[in-house]
Order: sequence, then structure tokens, then C-alpha cells
Amino acid sequence: MVHKAGSGHPGGSLSAIDLIVGLYGTEFRFRKDDPNWEDRDRFIMSKGHASPAVYSMLHNLGILTKEDIDGFRTLGSTCQGHVDMKWTDGVDFSAGSLGMGLSFGLGCAIAAKMDNSDRNIWVMIGDGETQEGQIWEAAMAADFHQTGNLNVIIDRNRIQNDDFMEVQMEIGDIGKKFESFGWKIIEIDGHNMTEVINAIRVATNEKNIPCAIVAHTVKGKGVSFMENNPSFHGKAPNDEELKLALEELS
Amino acid sequence: MSAPSTGGASRDGYGSALLKLAKDPRVVVLEADLGKSTKSCLFRAEYPERTVSMGIAEQNMMLVSAGMASSGKIPFASTFAIFTERAFEQVRNGIARPGLVVHICGSHGGIHTGTDGSSAQSIEDLAIYRTIPNMTVMHPCDDLSAEELTIQLLNHDKPSYTRTARNKVPRIYNEETVKQIKIGKGNIISHGNDVAILACGVMVNEAKLAANELSENGVNVCVVDMHTIKPLDGKLIEELAKKCGCIVTAEDHSVIGGLGGSVAEFLSKNIPIPLEMVGVDDRFGESGGTSELMSELDINSDSIVNAVNRVIKRKLQP
Repeated sequence: MVHKAGSGHPGGSLSAIDLIVGLYGTEFRFRKDDPNWEDRDRFIMSKGHASPAVYSMLHNLGILTKEDIDGFRTLGSTCQGHVDMKWTDGVDFSAGSLGMGLSFGLGCAIAAKMDNSDRNIWVMIGDGETQEGQIWEAAMAADFHQTGNLNVIIDRNRIQNDDFMEVQMEIGDIGKKFESFGWKIIEIDGHNMTEVINAIRVATNEKNIPCAIVAHTVKGKGVSFMENNPSFHGKAPNDEELKLALEELS
Repeated sequence: MSAPSTGGASRDGYGSALLKLAKDPRVVVLEADLGKSTKSCLFRAEYPERTVSMGIAEQNMMLVSAGMASSGKIPFASTFAIFTERAFEQVRNGIARPGLVVHICGSHGGIHTGTDGSSAQSIEDLAIYRTIPNMTVMHPCDDLSAEELTIQLLNHDKPSYTRTARNKVPRIYNEETVKQIKIGKGNIISHGNDVAILACGVMVNEAKLAANELSENGVNVCVVDMHTIKPLDGKLIEELAKKCGCIVTAEDHSVIGGLGGSVAEFLSKNIPIPLEMVGVDDRFGESGGTSELMSELDINSDSIVNAVNRVIKRKLQP
């Protein structure tokens, strides 16, 4: 998808995909044949540049067609560069500007509580994204409003656009920071599916306070030359790289 | 039309409208620690379970509103006009871009806010929100029209920004005449054919005062309450341009990009005629009493009279 488009964000998609599969494959409540079902759980992909991961999941579920994902990033395409609820069924948020998705999810969570609905709200953010102050406004407010139906998954891959976070702006212990805002914290290896699924179940069953799953991941996971390599944050693989990547992933 | 003697601030109209809208269970109110000032406190007192306190965190408030709108609610989110600007990108990317119907109210707009000084005096809000596609932008002139326009938002299918003002002004409307106003339609307050003054907010009253003074000198002034800046009522502007041949705009806002700017854009494209713009001339305000400041910044009825005299001269001597 990214190779065909000639641009996109493979690194952060590969770090996130195990988490997304773990969520959709277990506790996430939705209807394949009615993606806009109003009482569905919500998945707010706040790190919207990892759109290839979301589109792949929706394609795998039959919500997006092959033509849809083949059109990624092209004019008029269902699959916009960053995930966009206005363009794509099954997408619950228009992302692209980091730091906003947790607040949006909080709004969904407060609305669900007002409606006495048991729908759960899942938000995925990047670790670099936590540098945005709005994340912490939302963290504070989620505790204040006691949104036990809100869960965030933090893709802790330690790399952001320009370089490693330790070079750009290291955030430190993200779990402790969320914990100090009143959240329940679950730290996992984000590529260990047993840990991923257990964490999603624990978060689903925590109804009183919001949960943050700090998922330690590897940017570019599964492709040797992309793994832990900042240059594949926002770069498409060339023909040779694509061939190698597909061999390794299969 | 004769205006009742009692006055009202447009923010009061916003507050009373929320109470009237409350019968629709989809309506929710969000506030950022300024509910007593924006008047959303009236809704909070009656419907605390549908009032969401966001603390002093405007960016979060805008996206929480968006999330609630995506979940079937009709959010009304308010704070000071100037502090909504802090969350401009959130409004642009999080609310308007996906087309989520959130209604934002920025109170204490303009330099009319007074003694707090320039940090609280939003003079660019109308301009910036007007640039966002599909965003409705309004600035009512008194409490009754603010209430009516806010109530009309219930069935409005686009996100909106409504600027209200802090201070009471003489009412332009009464309970009957206010029923004639509609979102997107300028409302003629008094008829005339020498010049049309298009005003919004507290400047509608200043325009009326100017029109009275000018009529003593034989100038027939048409005064229009241009409460909706976007979508601009181009049909009315074209009619008035043909009838009067010149226009003056008046706003408690920068002359760049607000009502004056949008009328200038429209006229230059469609029917170029002399235009004078009364507004804050590309500077910041300062602390001071309301009338002192309006005089200092040259945005009172005297300023409008002078602008009318200039524009009529230009019309007669092109």
C-alpha cells in the first residue's frame, strides 16, 4: 500500500499492527456489515499516520475492498493519507494532527455514559504524541469524569519523525505519568500476543477508571531494515526493499 | 422599528437560549471555567448532568465536543472569544474538517470587554473562523437576537462560531421583531437610500446612533444588522449596493478579515462601489472604559458618521 502510493508511514504502522489485531480479534464490539452501528465500540486512531495498519485491518475484515486500499493517498480515494471518518466506513476519527484523539475519545466516552451505553472507547496514541500538551489535558479530564469506559493504547516505539525520542524529547515513564493522573496502567510487550490480549481484557473489564496500556513495541517490526530505524517513519520502501520486506513478513 | 428602553448583553441571550434548547435531550453544554461569564452557568444550574466541565483546557474542550457530536449529541461549547482562538487548529481539524456539528460560543468578543486589557480583547476571531470551510460565523447585536440565533442553531447542520459581547447595549429588537431574523440573512433595521451601514454586534447600536445624527443633516441611511458574517448575505449586499451606491461596515473587530473584509471581497468581485470600513485598524487594544476605548480606537458612532461622509463624497466624486 505504502510502496504503491510512494509515500506513507510504514514504521509506526508495523509497530501498531499487533495491537490493532489483538483488539479487533478479541474484545472490540462492532458489526462488519454495519460499520456505523451507533452502539459499536469506538477505535480512535490518534496516530493517524499509521493509517496503513488501520486500512489493512478493515480490509481483512471485509469493510474495505482491495480497490479501496490500492487507492491509498490518491485523489478521491476512500483511504486518505491519514485516517478520516468522513471518508472511510469503520474509521471513527479524523486524525492527522497529533494530540487530539484522546480528547475525542473522552468525548465519546462521556457521551456513552450519558446514554447509559456499555460501549467501550479505545484510543491509540504514539509515544511521541504524548509530547503534545493536549494529551495531558485529556488525561486529567478522563480521571475527573471517571470514564471507566475509556482505554488508551500507547504505541511505545521510542522513535518519532525526526529521530529517536531520547534525542528529540524523551517523555520518561509514560505509565507513571498516566498513573499520577488517576489511570490504571498495564505495561506489556506490544508484540507478545498473549500479553496484548490479556491487557485488552483487563482494560475492558475495568469499568471504574480509565486504563492505559503502555505497549513496548519496535518501530518497523518484522522488517529487519526498518526495525528501530527512524528513517522509515515516513518513507515508502523502494521496489527492492518491498520485495525483501514481503519475504521477511511472510 | 422602535427599540425598547431596556438593554441586554448578547451573552445573556446565549445563556437563556441554552435553557430553551434543553428540552432536546441531545443538547449538551461544555464550559472551560468561565460559565459564569459566558452564561452557560444558567444551563449548568438546571441540567448539571448534561453540563461537562473541562477546566481551563480549551483544546481538550473542542475535541471532547467533537467526540460527543460524533456520538449523537449537539454540543454547545463556550469560553471567552480570545481563548477559543487558542484552540483554532482543534476547531479546524477536529470539528470542521470531519463536519461535526459543534456550536462554539466565544463571549467577551472585541474591545468592548474593556478594562481587562488587550489580552482579553479578541479582535480577530471572526476573521479566523471565517476561513474554515463550512463554518457558520455569527455576531449578534443584543440579547434577544443572540437568543433567537442560538435557538436556530439546534437545526443547523454545520459547525458554528458565535461571538457574544460582555456589556449590555440598548436592545435593537423586541420580542416580535426578533422573530424575523434568520441565520445567514442580514436584517434591515432602518431604511434609507444614500448609504447602507452594515454592522454587527455592539456596533449595530452605534450605527443607529450615527444614522439618527446623519438624518438630521438630510442623509438617509439604511442600517443593517449583519449578524451572520458567514455565509455572507450577498443577495442583500448586492441589492443595497445598487440602491445606495456606497457602503460602510462597522464592527468591534479588526478591519482585516472580519465583516469589513468579507464585504470588501464580495463587492470587489461582484459590484465594485465605494466602501469604508469602521473597525480596529490593525492594532491591539488596551485597558480602559468601554466608551473611552471605542473613541480611542475610532470605532464609535462618530467614526461611523465620518466614514459615511467620506464614502458619500467618494460616491459623488468618483
